[in-house]
Amino acid sequence: MRVVGQRIRKKDAMQLVTGKPVYMDDVAPKDCLIVKILRSPHANALIEDINIATAMKVPGIEVIYTWKDVPNVRFAQAGQTYPEWSPYDRLILDQHVRFVGDAVAIVAGENEACVDRALKMIKVKYKVLPALLDYHESIDNEILVHPEDNWESLYPVGADNKRNICSHMEESHGDLEGTFADCDIVLERTYHVPAVNQAMMETFRTACYIDTYGRLVVLSSTQIVYHVRRILARALGIPQSKIRSLKPRIGGGFGAKQTVVTEIYPAFVTWHTKKPSKLIYSRYESQIAGSPRHEMDIRVKIGADKDGTLRAFDLYNLSNTGAYGDHGPTTAGLTGHKSMPLYTGNMEAFRHVFDVVYTNTLATGAYRGYGATQGIFALESLVNELADILHMDPVELRLKNVVREGMVMPAYFNEPAASCRLDECLVRAAEMIGWKDKYPCRDMGNGKVRSVGIAMAMQGSCISYVDVGSATISLNEDGSYRLAIAAADMGTGCDTILAQMAAECLEVSVDEIFVSGADTDSSPYDSGSYASSTTYITGQAVVKAATELKKRICTLAARMLECDVDDLEYDGHVAKDIKTGKSVTLQDIGFKAQCFNDLALQVTESHTSPVSPPPYMAGAVEIELDKETGHVEILDYAAVVDCGTVVNPNLATIQVEGGLGQGIGMTLFENIQYSDKGVLRNNSLMQYKIPTRRDVGTLRVEFKPSYEPTGPFGVKSIGEIVINTPAPALAQAIHNATGGYFRDLPITSEKIAMYCLEHENE
Amino acid sequence: MIVSIQLNGKKIVDDISPDMTLFKFVREHGCYSVKCGCETTNCGLCTVFFDGKPILSCAMLAARADGHRVETLEGLQKEAEEFGQFIADQGAEQCGFCNPGMIMNAIALFRENPEPTDDEIKRYLAGNLCRCSGYEGQLRGIHAFMEYKKQGGAACE
Repeated sequence: MRVVGQRIRKKDAMQLVTGKPVYMDDVAPKDCLIVKILRSPHANALIEDINIATAMKVPGIEVIYTWKDVPNVRFAQAGQTYPEWSPYDRLILDQHVRFVGDAVAIVAGENEACVDRALKMIKVKYKVLPALLDYHESIDNEILVHPEDNWESLYPVGADNKRNICSHMEESHGDLEGTFADCDIVLERTYHVPAVNQAMMETFRTACYIDTYGRLVVLSSTQIVYHVRRILARALGIPQSKIRSLKPRIGGGFGAKQTVVTEIYPAFVTWHTKKPSKLIYSRYESQIAGSPRHEMDIRVKIGADKDGTLRAFDLYNLSNTGAYGDHGPTTAGLTGHKSMPLYTGNMEAFRHVFDVVYTNTLATGAYRGYGATQGIFALESLVNELADILHMDPVELRLKNVVREGMVMPAYFNEPAASCRLDECLVRAAEMIGWKDKYPCRDMGNGKVRSVGIAMAMQGSCISYVDVGSATISLNEDGSYRLAIAAADMGTGCDTILAQMAAECLEVSVDEIFVSGADTDSSPYDSGSYASSTTYITGQAVVKAATELKKRICTLAARMLECDVDDLEYDGHVAKDIKTGKSVTLQDIGFKAQCFNDLALQVTESHTSPVSPPPYMAGAVEIELDKETGHVEILDYAAVVDCGTVVNPNLATIQVEGGLGQGIGMTLFENIQYSDKGVLRNNSLMQYKIPTRRDVGTLRVEFKPSYEPTGPFGVKSIGEIVINTPAPALAQAIHNATGGYFRDLPITSEKIAMYCLEHENE
Repeated sequence: MIVSIQLNGKKIVDDISPDMTLFKFVREHGCYSVKCGCETTNCGLCTVFFDGKPILSCAMLAARADGHRVETLEGLQKEAEEFGQFIADQGAEQCGFCNPGMIMNAIALFRENPEPTDDEIKRYLAGNLCRCSGYEGQLRGIHAFMEYKKQGGAACE
């Protein structure tokens, strides 16, 4: 292939590295009203009275809205295809506030200073209710997070707001109890992952204004322009035709921006005042009122034989969705069906049961890995512990049980592993880290221990039977092409890799294609960039559109040359009649398309998929652990990924390295802690420690590309899987250095030091 | 209050509020490369040069810049392009939001120390957070840039 597989610079790269104004706040109208949110200081309360009279007198204040001003129509903020699995449990503003930070009032004014002043002058009388802060006590608790009768669940996910249940589902295969009873050893452990934040560098933000036609334009840092339009239409009670949703460059998303976190507030202000407005969340707000990962308890049970045959798997996860149910049911599903299929090899039976429950804590959402991360931490940690008990090498134990190409995966909707080189990934990652020599550990003799750990991971490549990707490709007069998409490049480089695919099909260079989007007025429908789907789903739409367009170009060329299409030779730039030797250039065809022509050289195609082929990977880490301080230094991290065909090795490599970085952060540093009143403590980057470049060590990435028959050019996905190995691999390395099994993230230096202190004499 | 600040070589006299940060000031004067990622001096996105030295503009009052020289990436376009292409060649710019701050600080590093070791690079740039790249690609880009400089800065592109 000429273009697919090449290390091509991102199309926007030079604009970004030279600091050009391309993000929301750089391009928003300059006369925007500043919008800010008054937030609840209580975890659970009813607003008995709210007085805005004094606040309205602050010079410069345009408008203040309270719960009395908004429609009583509930909606979900989760950016999901209709009908969403997430419950309709939110109002724009609600009389009932459900977590510390929940929205109480919207204030808009001509500058930040007057808005800040007005925020302090709103008098609210709360009836403080007892708060439900421990998610282990949610089900059938007398405190109901959503007692309201207009709460609604559109999809049968086992939800019941009168029991604090956002979702309950069960799935099983084979004779689980019989297989467990027949196994030599049954091991069960429970793991915990907190509600870690995406912490993308650009916080949540949206600007709105009214266009020439009186329509609402929503310029938002979002991964999901079409879902934004649908959600806002419902929440505001206006037709979708009255809304245009578009995104500029996005300063990172990681799933955070798959939820409509900020859009609704300035949209409400602008729609009612008809004045431009913008809302930019502070880092504080992004931490306390964003859309982080679902906190979970994951209880895993494995049944195995003495020889290391893993036969039965039982996984239960209790997921804390917080005050609202966005992404609740779907994330919890991934915890099982994107972990257990790794061990399809000898699997005879499995069961997955989950409960997703409401509490009066921060509402959660989508974060890279989306539930799979939690499940893989638990399952892979348990397999490592099982290896210790069986006195088997963890790599050997895995090789004996992994899913291999051609197998059908009962725990993955019976989908086939049509493309899978997981076993090779595992062998190579072990080789790269020097597993044979370094496992389990070496005492350095100075209070420090060097040790290794390993884990595997999988993810999906879309949401099967749901996601839709589309592409419109048109030929311009000068022979260049326009590729219009509504998938959102959030730094990942999808604009570039989709152009690479189009260029491959159209036999031109990437520079001859420009990419536009995402804009609901001009881009064809796309579910959006999430679920690792863009390369796999939108990519196939691009291939379909480019293939059809090329056919039409040849048809028009044949008309121009008055020859049969079969006699045409076309190389991407010149079409030649092989019988006469006459030819026309692509530019000639471009001009012809716009003069006395009825064959549109513009094609839109959509794609969807009944399968979601998993990418696979293995990650192995070497650390040096200081037993006195508990400090973990990452010396080397080797990651080997099977993401199918690698479209752009540079961008794929950075996806892996970036995901490892985030995974390392959530494993070692990033914590979510509440006061006994439900106040989130880790509310700035001062308290919420994301890794610096001194914390990640050396990251080494290799690929073992399989060929996925259902993907464009054989691709699968890479965006999410990459965050999944650090937690179990590091937990094992820390175990190998200290003897302790750490099942509660993050594994901070403090926890390690305390463990070492308590076990000093063992 | 009236301040006079030399911003990217141009003298700007403005009547500002005493509590205005330098970050707000430079953005209000069109320097959109300067970003805010945290408000608590942890992320490095708002890095600007103050009399030639890198500082965090979110933590300095514009009033303190009165009579001083302030530079942003808008005033260092040639250097940004020269260095930035090596980041771009790795795909390590990713979302790009942290890049101006990191590149400002990298320019400062190379002015002080043209041939830093990896440890010196990591220490100097430790305050420049990036959530996309895992930093490894940035380091590869920096190595390639140093190699290019060693070869006399030729063979651009």
